[in-house]
Amino acid sequence: MRGKVVIAGMGQTKFGSLPGRTTISLVVEAVRNALEDAGIEKDLVDALLVKPPTSLPGMMTGQKVAEAMGLKPKFGMAWDQGGGAVTGCISYASFLIEAGLCDVAVVTFSDNPKSFSAASYSAALGDTATFGYVAAAASYAMVARRHMKQFGTTERQLGAIPVNGRRNGTTNPNAQLRVPLDIDEYLEKPFLISPFRRDDFALVSDGGAALVLMSAERAKQLGVPDPVPILGFGAGQESWNVELRNDLTTTMAATSAAMAFQMAGLGPRDMDTAQLYDCFSIVPIITLEDYGFCAKGHGGRYVEEGAIGLDGEIPMNTAGGLLSETGMPGMQMVLEGIRQVRGTAANQVKNVRNSIISTQGGIMQTHGTLIIGR
Amino acid sequence: MDRDPSLLPLPDDGPVQRPFWDAAKDGKLVFQRCQNCNHAFLPGREECPRCLKPDLVWEEASGRATLYSWVVYYRPYGEAYKSRVPYTVGIVVLEEGPRFASNIVDVADPEALEIDQPLELKIEVDDGIAIPRFKPAVAV
Ligand SMILES: [Zn+2]
Repeated sequence: MRGKVVIAGMGQTKFGSLPGRTTISLVVEAVRNALEDAGIEKDLVDALLVKPPTSLPGMMTGQKVAEAMGLKPKFGMAWDQGGGAVTGCISYASFLIEAGLCDVAVVTFSDNPKSFSAASYSAALGDTATFGYVAAAASYAMVARRHMKQFGTTERQLGAIPVNGRRNGTTNPNAQLRVPLDIDEYLEKPFLISPFRRDDFALVSDGGAALVLMSAERAKQLGVPDPVPILGFGAGQESWNVELRNDLTTTMAATSAAMAFQMAGLGPRDMDTAQLYDCFSIVPIITLEDYGFCAKGHGGRYVEEGAIGLDGEIPMNTAGGLLSETGMPGMQMVLEGIRQVRGTAANQVKNVRNSIISTQGGIMQTHGTLIIGR
Repeated sequence: MDRDPSLLPLPDDGPVQRPFWDAAKDGKLVFQRCQNCNHAFLPGREECPRCLKPDLVWEEASGRATLYSWVVYYRPYGEAYKSRVPYTVGIVVLEEGPRFASNIVDVADPEALEIDQPLELKIEVDDGIAIPRFKPAVAV
């Protein structure tokens, strides 16, 4: 599959608080911008893959989005993997294109939890509300505590993740939260659900984003100005609820990354930026380990020692990630990976050839990996 | 009638989970065991997730367990928890194998708990619900 399919265009709305906008309106704006970026008309789109809004799950979401854009695609669907759906959609679109079953695929997502309803973020976790075990944050905090106790990961090391995201978000004009954070400020804040503090939590954000995919050959034929090749992708599903997993500190992210690296013929040392899903601070620490950027259990030390800074070994979440740019579940990580490869990022890293992107959904129930580059 | 939102939410009283909560009313903690492959697990299911057979029975647990991980809620996520913070939720591993999330009680400083420390069952009636909770095991 390596390099056969390209991301021909990308588009987004503003990120942050967008009151009065429906999820459909946000998707249409994002897709309009992505088509413009690719330099093509919507009539070429014959596959539409939608990650449905977290705050408003519904029926036939993919078809409602298609209707709003006047499309009758051959393949139209909504992909149910939480934040992992973004790479799930990209992978599936790639298969369709590679098989010659579709010409141009659009992958899109929008949500408006900030202006509409964020209730889904604090919902009970199955039959556990009687124990007061509510809110997704608590399950991630279970993972963080286990990692800290098992490997000696410290609060200061957890804090290195939001400090990095916020530093990068501060110099990203599109970021929702452009306020720097230093480690002492981080540590001074009280626990909300220990070991997590306020700054360990993803932002709640309105916004939309979209990608246009086609074959490399078709992009050349259409004169797409700046296509970015997809070099590899992978997936792995942890599936079980957090409290039922035998091991909370190793995830199927390792399986997902191995698949993507094999397809790309590349390894962690070939990556120039990493855009790793950071809905909570502990997540990219474990992802760095599972992806092989550092040894299992060393993720905390690795980030504390500066490896993920803009001039570090693997600049990470260079636009701010979910902790600063936007809490949108995943697509912003792909957009920033593309900008870094194109050389158009606000916090541009020098000489970027390849970017790796991780997505995940639920409480690490789903995971996806994408490698793009030239 | 809707339950007062300031009270703990009632557990699932559907046929699959009801034996778990009924047992708690009798002062017992139970889990499911598969008669086909001997797998022991929680929460209750209609089929065994290991061998997929429906041959399941409820079995009483000894109440001895260890703590896999835990969190402390300082912020309440809902009306029912406002008067309860800070409170502790832990992942408890029963000596028979099943694991589930429960409360860790009778702890002066929950931040000072340790992973894998021994726990013992303590069923408490709270807002009218018999809830199987755990406390640190007394050293013998
Ligand atoms: Zn069985």
